[in-house]
Formats: sequence, structure tokens, C-alpha cells
Amino acid sequence: MSAMRERFYEIAREALDEDERVAVVTAQIGTESIGEHPRHFDVGIREQLMIGVAAGLALEGRRPVAHSYTPFLVERPWEFLKLDLGHNDLGAVLVSTGASYDAARSGRTHQAPEDVALVAALPGWTIHVPGHPDELEASFRRSLAGDDRVYIRLSEEENHARVDAGGFTVLRRGAPGAALALAVGPTLTPLLEAAVDRDVTLAYLSTVRPFPHDAVREALGEGSAVVLVEPYLSGTSASEMSAALVDRPHRLLALGVPNAEFRHYGTGREHRAAHGLDAAGIARSLQRFLG
Amino acid sequence: MAITTTLGYDDLPALLTRLTGDVKHDRSSLSTLDVLWVLYDRVLGEGDRFLLSKGHGPAAFYAVLAAKGIVPVEALDGFGSFDSRLGYHPDRVLAPGVEFSSGSLGHGLAVGVGSALTGRRVWCLVGDAELDEGSNWEAIQYAGRVGLSSLTAIVVDNDSSEHGWPGGLERRFMLEGWAALRVDGRDHEQLEAALRPDPEGTRPRCVVAEVEAR
Repeated sequence: MSAMRERFYEIAREALDEDERVAVVTAQIGTESIGEHPRHFDVGIREQLMIGVAAGLALEGRRPVAHSYTPFLVERPWEFLKLDLGHNDLGAVLVSTGASYDAARSGRTHQAPEDVALVAALPGWTIHVPGHPDELEASFRRSLAGDDRVYIRLSEEENHARVDAGGFTVLRRGAPGAALALAVGPTLTPLLEAAVDRDVTLAYLSTVRPFPHDAVREALGEGSAVVLVEPYLSGTSASEMSAALVDRPHRLLALGVPNAEFRHYGTGREHRAAHGLDAAGIARSLQRFLG
Repeated sequence: MAITTTLGYDDLPALLTRLTGDVKHDRSSLSTLDVLWVLYDRVLGEGDRFLLSKGHGPAAFYAVLAAKGIVPVEALDGFGSFDSRLGYHPDRVLAPGVEFSSGSLGHGLAVGVGSALTGRRVWCLVGDAELDEGSNWEAIQYAGRVGLSSLTAIVVDNDSSEHGWPGGLERRFMLEGWAALRVDGRDHEQLEAALRPDPEGTRPRCVVAEVEAR
């Protein structure tokens, strides 16, 4: 089990014991890891019901956490996210596991690189893409204390170290006019390796919605080239980047999982390499884009 | 919810006219009218929740809410217009007394299950054609298995499901572990008896309220 997933279950168990507002709804994924509790409801393999039940719990003042594999938490019941939660103005914390291709061996049905774009298409959601179990812990604990709509995306891929400041962080400043290279979540480690000898401003983002428009503008400074590396569907945040830089002439390279029917099994590592999201792949893209 | 009686059942036609502009009311287009009246007039109490899952054709719902003083009568004017709080599908953020925003079929029962899991008494109204949506059955199966006795599903049956329910809807609910019965959806005494809270109940309840075929 991934380190993020283990940490999530640990905090969920603790929250159930300590906070009477918290309720957890599962659909046969993570059920045993969370364990029996009067406010843990496993509804069987019924994901539309899972989201509806979360909304109903929120209607009664609870803080529901819904959890499943990425495609079954976001894609299958997407209209329930839109209506039961969004349109009814009810909050929940949705925590997915599996990311884009953690279950590479299981094939396309268990891969969901579209998830962040789908959630981001709905108004009012906060989206966290932690790159380290400690970042997951911080965002999850913060989310439990709120009453808004939050999506947290767990992944097997993680960075070597956590980045403490939540949201947007500049890790290294390039010379004036240097390109901005922005890593989202677990793409930081390969981006750091790919850009080690380059004069770029390196930044990290683990909360992709709301998108930090002002901080991105500030980080780019006098530069005009932007590289955005996301561990899910390529271009998911490209429109946000364009909005942030609407009055700045700029070039944008948006890296991510291509929008293609990718018929391969294997490992996550192989998928990452095939999508050009490992250090070598990102280095090649930087070379083409920045020279 | 706090319910204050202001107008009676006989005032509903005038409220409906104010709402839709139609002087004559076709009963079949108001399939839910008597169920809603009985709920708000005789059944729902403080702290109870009503979720209208079948959100289309909400004129009867708004008229009953207005009769009970929950929606201001003036709000009925301009039904469906740009600034109206009352649209062709109810929005709980806009309309007073509306506890669930519906329109897309097959959502209310699942939300009702979540609400009832906290111990809240919940009545959820669905239509027989709405039950075509598979999401309802996720909720019906689970509520039955866990014996969610604080949940009552009211199925207004005007025989509008395209492919019908051979063998009857009640039997399907019963097979899933519900207590189910069929009543005359225009008979206020029958409806009241079937819908009143049952503190002794150990299973979720389904009340099929049969009205004129559409």
C-alpha cells in the first residue's frame, strides 16, 4: 500500500474517534483499513450512493469523507458531485487513491488521468495534489476542519521530501528573465532532476484549485517561458495559467498524461516514462522548449 | 421545520392559478398534490426532513409550501422567470423550505439515506418513472440491508414508467428488505395512516401512492 494511502487511513481512523462531525463513506475500497466504526458507512459497490450519502450526511451537519479508487470516486458518480454536493451547496472531502496510472497493470478501467480536470470543471472545489504523505496529512487535517468541497488525490508516486508551505512555493530563483518551471505534486522530484543544470525559476504547487494566479505572475517576473508539469491529463491547468498571465506575452509548455487511449499494462514507472513524465522525458521536453 | 397553517386544501387551486396562470388544473399533472398536502398538513413535525426527489412539475409543491406559509404567496408570481426563487425544478439555495435541489432524476433517495443514517426522520418522494434510474436501486438496496427505519420513500405511481414494473413496485422494495404498501394517492386518510412516523418500525418504508395513469 502506498505511504500516502496508509497515512490517510490512519488519520481517518483517528478523526472518526476524535471528531463527532466526521463520517466516512466507502464503497468497498479501504473498508477494512478504516475499520468498523458507527460513523463509517460502507455502502457496497455503489458509488453514486456513496456520494449521495455523503451529501445527506453533510445536510445533517456532519463532515463526510468519501473514498475510493480514482475512476470510481470521480468519474462514475460525477453528476452526483455536480448536483448532490455542488448544486445543493453541501461540503465533503473526497479522497481518491490510484492517481493517473498507479494501477497500470489493471488497465484503462482503473486509470483516471482525467480526474482533476473533471473536478476542476465544477465550481467551488479545492483540489489538493500532495507530493508527500506529510503534505497529504496537512491538507487532509485542514479539510476535515472545514465545511467546503475538497478533492484530495493520493498517489504512489511521491517526492523525496515534503515541501512545507502549502499551496505555491518558489524553491529556486533563476536569473531575471529566466523561465518558470512549475511542478505539481509528485512531479517535483523528476522535474528537479531534469532541470538541475538549467537557469530556471523552480516552483512547486500542491493545491491546484484555486489556482494561485498572483503568485505565478510574481514568480515568472520578467520571464516569458513557462513549463507546467502535472501528473494527470496534460493541460488541465493550462487555462488557469493563461488567465494568470493574460496581459503577459508568454509561451506555455503544459506537460502531463496525453489525452489518448493508452493500451498498455505494466508498472506506473513504465507509464510515467512512456508519457515523458520521468526525469529523462521532462529533460527532453525542456530541451525542445527552452533550447 | 416550523409549520404554520395559513391556508387550506381548498385554497390550493387558487395558488396554482397564481403560479401557472392556468385556471383549470388537470389532476394528472398534479400527481403529487395530495401526498404533499397530507405530508405538510398532517405528518411532518419539527426536525423532520422532506426531500422532493422528483423535482419536475413542482407546482403542487410550491402551492403547498405557500399554503403553509413557508413560501410567501407573492413568490408564486413570475414562476420560472429570471429572478424568481421558484423554478421549474426546485433549488434549495433559492427557495425557502426546499430541502433538496432536484431535477435530475434518481438523486434524492441516496441523499435521504445519508440524512437518515444520522437518525433524522426523512420522507423522500420519487415517481414510478424516476425509479427507472439505477441510482435509486443503490439506495433502496442499501437502506433495506441496514434496516434504515427512519427513511420513508413515497412513490407516486401514475403509471408513467416507459417499460412498467411487472409484478409491482412494492414487491421489489419488499425483496430488498423494506416494508411496503400501496394506497390511494388521493385518499388523505389512507395517506396519513401510511405516512405517519412509526416508532416501532425496524425497516425502511415504501408507500406507493397510486394516482390516475398519466
